[in-house]
This record gives sequence, C-alpha cells and structure tokens, in this order.
Amino acid sequence: MDLHFGDSKPTDEERAAVDALLGPPESSWEGADRSDADLRWARGGREARDRRDLLLPGLHAINDRIGWISDGALDYLCRRLTVPPAEAYGVATFYAMFSVKPRPATVLQVCTDLACAAAGAPELCAGIEARLGLGSGVTVERSPCLGLCERAPAVLAVKAGDPVRTAVSAPATVERAVLAASAPDSAPEEPPAALAVPQAGQDGLMLLQRVGVVDPASLDDYRAHGGYTALRRAFELGPAGVIREVTDSGLVGRGGAAFPTGRKWQATASQPDRPHYLVCNADESEPGTFKDRVLMEGDPYALVEAMTIAAYATGAHRGYLYLRGEYPRALRRLEHAIAQARARGLLGDDVLGQGYAFDIEIRRGAGAYICGEETALFNSIEGYRGEPRSKPPFPVEKGLFGKPTVENNVETLVNVLPILTMGAPAYAAIGTQRSTGPKLFCVSGSVERPGVYELPFGATLGELLTLAGASEGLRAVLLGGAAGGFVRADELDIPLTFEGTREAGTTLGSGVVMAFDDSVPLPRLLLRIAEFFRDESCGQCVPCRVGTVRQEEALHRIVERAGADAAGDITLLREVGRAMRDASICGLGQTAWNAVESAIDRLGAYE
Amino acid sequence: MTVTPLGIPRRLLEFTLDGEPVRAPEGSTILDACRAAGKDVPTLCEGDTLRPKNACRVCVVEVEGARTLVPACSRKAEAGMEVRTDTERARHSRKIVLELLASSVDLSTTPKVAAWLKEYEAKPDRFGPDAARLNEEPKVDNDLYVRDYDKCILCYKCVDACGDQWQNTFAISVAGRGFDARIAVEHDAPLTDSACVYCGNCIEVCPTGALSFKSEFDMRAAGTWEESRQTETTTVCAYCGVGCNLTLHVQDNEIVKVTSPHDNPVTHGNLCIKGRFGYQHVQNRD
Repeated sequence: MDLHFGDSKPTDEERAAVDALLGPPESSWEGADRSDADLRWARGGREARDRRDLLLPGLHAINDRIGWISDGALDYLCRRLTVPPAEAYGVATFYAMFSVKPRPATVLQVCTDLACAAAGAPELCAGIEARLGLGSGVTVERSPCLGLCERAPAVLAVKAGDPVRTAVSAPATVERAVLAASAPDSAPEEPPAALAVPQAGQDGLMLLQRVGVVDPASLDDYRAHGGYTALRRAFELGPAGVIREVTDSGLVGRGGAAFPTGRKWQATASQPDRPHYLVCNADESEPGTFKDRVLMEGDPYALVEAMTIAAYATGAHRGYLYLRGEYPRALRRLEHAIAQARARGLLGDDVLGQGYAFDIEIRRGAGAYICGEETALFNSIEGYRGEPRSKPPFPVEKGLFGKPTVENNVETLVNVLPILTMGAPAYAAIGTQRSTGPKLFCVSGSVERPGVYELPFGATLGELLTLAGASEGLRAVLLGGAAGGFVRADELDIPLTFEGTREAGTTLGSGVVMAFDDSVPLPRLLLRIAEFFRDESCGQCVPCRVGTVRQEEALHRIVERAGADAAGDITLLREVGRAMRDASICGLGQTAWNAVESAIDRLGAYE
Repeated sequence: MTVTPLGIPRRLLEFTLDGEPVRAPEGSTILDACRAAGKDVPTLCEGDTLRPKNACRVCVVEVEGARTLVPACSRKAEAGMEVRTDTERARHSRKIVLELLASSVDLSTTPKVAAWLKEYEAKPDRFGPDAARLNEEPKVDNDLYVRDYDKCILCYKCVDACGDQWQNTFAISVAGRGFDARIAVEHDAPLTDSACVYCGNCIEVCPTGALSFKSEFDMRAAGTWEESRQTETTTVCAYCGVGCNLTLHVQDNEIVKVTSPHDNPVTHGNLCIKGRFGYQHVQNRD
C-alpha cells in the first residue's frame, strides 16, 4: 500500500487529541520529527494496519476535542494508523455526529422523532433557534430519536473540549435547552434511570429488579443484590452447560429479529476458527426504544456479568460493547462498571479465579441507525463505513474481523442472568410456549406514565396500555418502532408475543409501544418516518437509497390529500415498498415501508 | 492467444434453474450458472474482474425458501437450490430498481439499459418532474479523465479497482450517506490534489460512463463521438517489458481511447498511466 498524504497539517490541539488516544508518534512515517533511523526503515505495514479499528475512536477523539474534523487532523490520524485518507474521509462523512466542515464547539441536538414530535419538538426547535441565532457558538441540529422518549421532548448538548462536556435536558423547554447548550456543566442532573421505570421496586420483576434499587456505581451493592451468582453458576455448568440452559429456556433475541439465542451461541461455539468474539449491540437507535439505555444506566453491572457469561459459553475472550454515541450517561456508567469489574478480578486474565480470560472494550457509535444492523456494526468497529455486509456468510461463521462472532442485544444478554439463576425450566414456564420469559416494552406517546415496562409474554396490548394509562381518544399504536407497524385502537386484545403479533399481521420488533391520540396528525407522523429512513439509509443498495427518497416525495405530495387524489401515489408507494422489501441488502431497506403501509391499510391514513 | 489458468478441479453441484436441472462447478454464483444456461439476467454493478458488490440489485432472483430475493451475482449456487429467474416477483423488483436508477441518474451512456427499461416496462418518469436527482456539472479538473456524477450509480466498482482488489492506491472511496453518498477522493478535493495515480483502471470498470476519458468526453460534447466508426485493435504496450495488452480505439485514424482486455491473465484489464493515457506520441506526425 502506497499511501499519499496531502500537505495539510494538524493543529497542536488536534495532534494532542490523537496522541492522547494512540500515544506519541515515534517516527516521521507516522507524523513525528525525522530521526536518523527513519532513513533506514519504513514504519507501519501490517502492524499499523491492524490498528485500523482505532479509526472510529480516533475520529471521536478529534471531534470531541475540537468539535469538527479538519483535513489536517484527518490526515494526521490516517498517518498514525496507515489508513488511506480517502477511506477515512468516507468513514468520517458517514456518521451524523461528525463534521468535516468547521462548526461551533457546541452542538445541540434537538430530537424531532416520533414521541418528541408529538410532544411539541417543532415548536421547541423553533424557540431554541430563535434564542440561539448566528454567533451564539451553538449549532442546533434536528436529530433522530435520542432514546429519551419517556421524557419527550428531549435535547442533547455536546460541547467539544478536553474533556468533552455533555448535558441532556428532557423534558426540555427552550430555557433549559439553552442552558444545557451554553453551560453543560451547570445544567441540572438528569433524573435517575429508575424514573423511567414506573414499576421500579415492585416484586416479581426479573430484568428490571435492580433498576432503582441498586447503586449503579457500586459493585458491592450489585453483588449484595444477587449480582454475579449467574456467572458462578455458569462456571459450574461449563460452556456447553450454559448453552444448553439458554437453548432450553427458549430465549430468542430481543433486538427485533427474534432469533433463538441458544442456537446462535451453539453455532458460534462450534466454529473451529479462532479467536471468537462477543459483540453486545447497544446501538439502540430504533425510534421509540430506550429500554437498553435504562438497563445500562440503572444496572450496568448486569450487562457486564451477562456479557462475561455469553463470552464464556461461546469461547470468546474479547467482547465489544458497541454503544450508541447519543448515550453519554450510559457510557460513563459502563466505563465505570467495567473498570471496577476489572479491578476486582471479574474481568481480565483470570475471571473469578477460574482461569478464564475475558475483557470488554466499549466502542462508541457516532450517529448512524444502520450500525444497529449486526454486520454494519462489525464494519463500524473495524473502521470502515457502517454498511451492512451481504449474508451469507453469517456472523457466527465470519463476523467481527472475519472471525466467528456472537452478537446479542443488551436486553437479550440481560435475560441470561435469570435463566442461569432460576434454571431453564422455570424460565421457560414464564410467558407462552413459543415466547418465553419476561419482555421489556418501551411505552411512550399519549400515555400518562410513559416508561419501560416488564411483563411476561402473553399480556395483551390493552393490559400494557392500562398500566401506562392510555389517554382518552387513543387513535393508533405503533408497535416495534419505525420499522414496525401501526395497529388500531380497537385491536388492543392483541397478545404481546412473537406469534400473537405475527398472527395479527404486525410485529413486536424491539418492544416499542407508542400510543397516539387523535390530536396527532397522522400524515405528518408518516412523513417523519419516511424522513427518518431516507436519512438513515446507508446508500449502498439502490432500492433503499433511492426508494426511501421516492417514498418520501410521494408522502409529501399526499400529506394534505386523501381518497382518489392520493390513489396514484399510494400505488407508487406500494410498488416501491414491495421492491424495497424484496431486494434491499439489509433489514433497514426491507422494513422501511412497514409502518407507512400499516397506516394506510389498518388506519386508513389517506382515505 | 490468452492463456486461461485452469485452477484446481471443482465438483459439480446440481440444482434447479427455472424448473430445469442444471450442474455448475462448486463455487459458481447463480449468475455464472444462468449465463452458462444461456439465461440473460441483467446486471450493472457486477464486474468480470472484481468481487461482486451486489449493490445495484437488478440481478435479483427468487430462491425457494429465502425470505427476500437474492442477488444472482454474488450468491453462490448450492446443491438442491431451486432458483427462479423470471418470476413476477423478481421482474417487479428489477423493474422498480431500473425505474429508481433511471429517475435519479443519467443512463444514456450505459450499455444495454435502454433495452432492459423496455423489456421490464420501466417508466422512470412516473416519479414526477420534481423527483430528486443530482444535477451536477461534470468535474473536469485534469486533462486525462472526467468525473460525471450525474451518471454515477454508486456501484463501488471504481472504489474496488482503486483499492485492494487491483490498484492499491486507495484514492477514492464513498463519502456521505444515503442519497447524498458520493464517490469522492480525500476531503472531496480536486483529483489533482488527491492520491490518484491516473492509471484509469476506474474508467475501465465504470459501467455507466460516469468516468470517461477526457478525449471521449470532449468528442461527445462536440458531437463527433461515433462508436460505429471506431475500430479496436489489441496490441502490446511498448513502454516496458511487462507486456500488457492494449486495445486501441481508433476513429478517423486517431486513437480516441485505450482499454485493455479483461481476460488477460496478468493484467485483467488493468494498465498504468502510460499504457492508458500515453498515446499522443503515436499520433504526433510532425
């Protein structure tokens, strides 16, 4: 590889940001002053290229310190990692949280997605923009779902510097949003994660039992509340025994795809190729989903323990926790939890004195919904554009770094703890025969008590909405988020199971239950969903890249129309939607049309 | 004469193609099998010298048991597979994909597309006159070749040819995301400020004419480009001893562009700047 670098130079600050991550450069080949040795040898090669996965952390380092990524900073990072600048430019421009153009140090992201839009995000955004005009030193950006739907409308302020400062305000007013942006350090503390759990402290909870009960910063407190008994049991059972328990429990993935977890683990564990990797998908970006955030903020050690068990069962010694970039508090809590676990011998070379080595590295996403797709997530960690790979080969065979990889969502992993502590038969007895165990639901929108609810599979939609206090005049419920589907207010007897929702012609998806009363203008909502997918399409395949744009255009045309006037465009939407579902590379394109289609078919959106 | 490497012998797999039993060597793609069986499956991003990227999705076919359609260009044939290439479902997706492409980019210099649009009854106009497209002026920033993003379908072939599959220069990549994604050099700079070494291998693989020789671009603009009047002569490059094959495209006794045969076992259609662009001395008759 013969790399070409331009003449642009990093500033001292940019260089310092990169060096803080990678250490100082040693040779002129990677940006230091020339030494005598440099005349005789070329540094880099395979050793440097193997560090390509530090590209995303490197881009974060620059963006965090400066607020944007200049040509000189990008080139310097490329030199350090032996990455071609064109490729790094392609990666930097892929993510919404990075900018390659100069911008003020503070970015205020105002969530304009479904729950926040219904809670007045457009007015909030206009108010903030009126207050923070040009020259205020703040960039105001309209953001997709920030995962704070229970406290809509939400804003996230990120102020570049050393260290970077963040502040979340939700529910936000113009005043509080402006305060968060101008003085993130003095913005009021976020409410505890338990406030997002209306059932917090109730008996019988399994996944949420410790949220609001334990101190999320204290490993001792976690252990005092049953922490690490599941890992001890895992060591008693051995890897094959753990996989047997998980298989017998009937656990299926909670991220939306509902794939049997035991089968995935078995398939990875039996691969002869080494090493194996574990990836925890914490890139929770589905609009309306915030359960993983609440778990990670309220009970971070549970995730660390569950990842350790999953890795032990599948023969992985390294785990990556891919956390979405919009979750600063979850990041801080998990960083702390991992450091504590490491210091206490619960991670590292000899976990619990059992001679088993495992450690976890956190990787931050940078604003890309598509990186929740499992193979796009691998590309993102590896320092490539977060574009999905075509399958087969499947991750269990060729995943992260081309090696066998098991990837599970946060909620899925946390389910492993009760499976091991109570045993597979007892766990499988919860819920229904085909949907076993407890399930988390993210309820938001027109309800009195929005938040994360834990119910055994089989409860009906109506029962859940009664718990959350659905308001009068309920018009529609969105199940499964933007990639899911709408159901009518008279369909509340749908059982919340994978098979029950499937029979009802809809999906459970990631567990989103978003209620809308008749004050919410449906066509605007559908337009927002179409905008979301157009924004988040990676652009790799034609059906999704162009199809999402053509659908959004058609929805714009019919936003104020109905009946015969809309018929032609609805035909067009259907035809394009069908091809997107059939011919797109990944789940994003395949599901992008679901919600709008269901609104047309079930709610009669444009009749 | 071209020497074709034989490789190791491969087993034959049996599967069904449109109801007919077919046999294909292990490792072949569905597209290979279709071509061997004389079936025409349209493709745009598939390249004979590159690994399939399966980004364009015009080659999708129906495989029994698969939830979605599968790209014929990259899916390996498996024993017992039941593949149908011409179902209503596959034809629908191809039609829509062709409409989506033709409504967003200029396919006027893409071979075969006009026939496919007709065959699949694609109507790119139905998205209305306001349908988003690029509408960008061609980028002419050097004397060797022109980038016309209006014609780019983002097939990634130029990226792959410039990167680890052939040239190892890594001068181009995809930047941005979604509909705004573009092929770009670092910092979206002019080509002359980039890592480009002007081998022109990206032009060789470009399926739409988004990348073209400056000579061709100028002649098209002047209305003098006439492929029917051109002759093609394959010869050996005289610059060095490697022996790359050059195909000289000649119109009115002038070399108008240089390509290279893809079945050459050494170069597979790749050249360097001299072989590709260094032909002016041949026609310097003073």
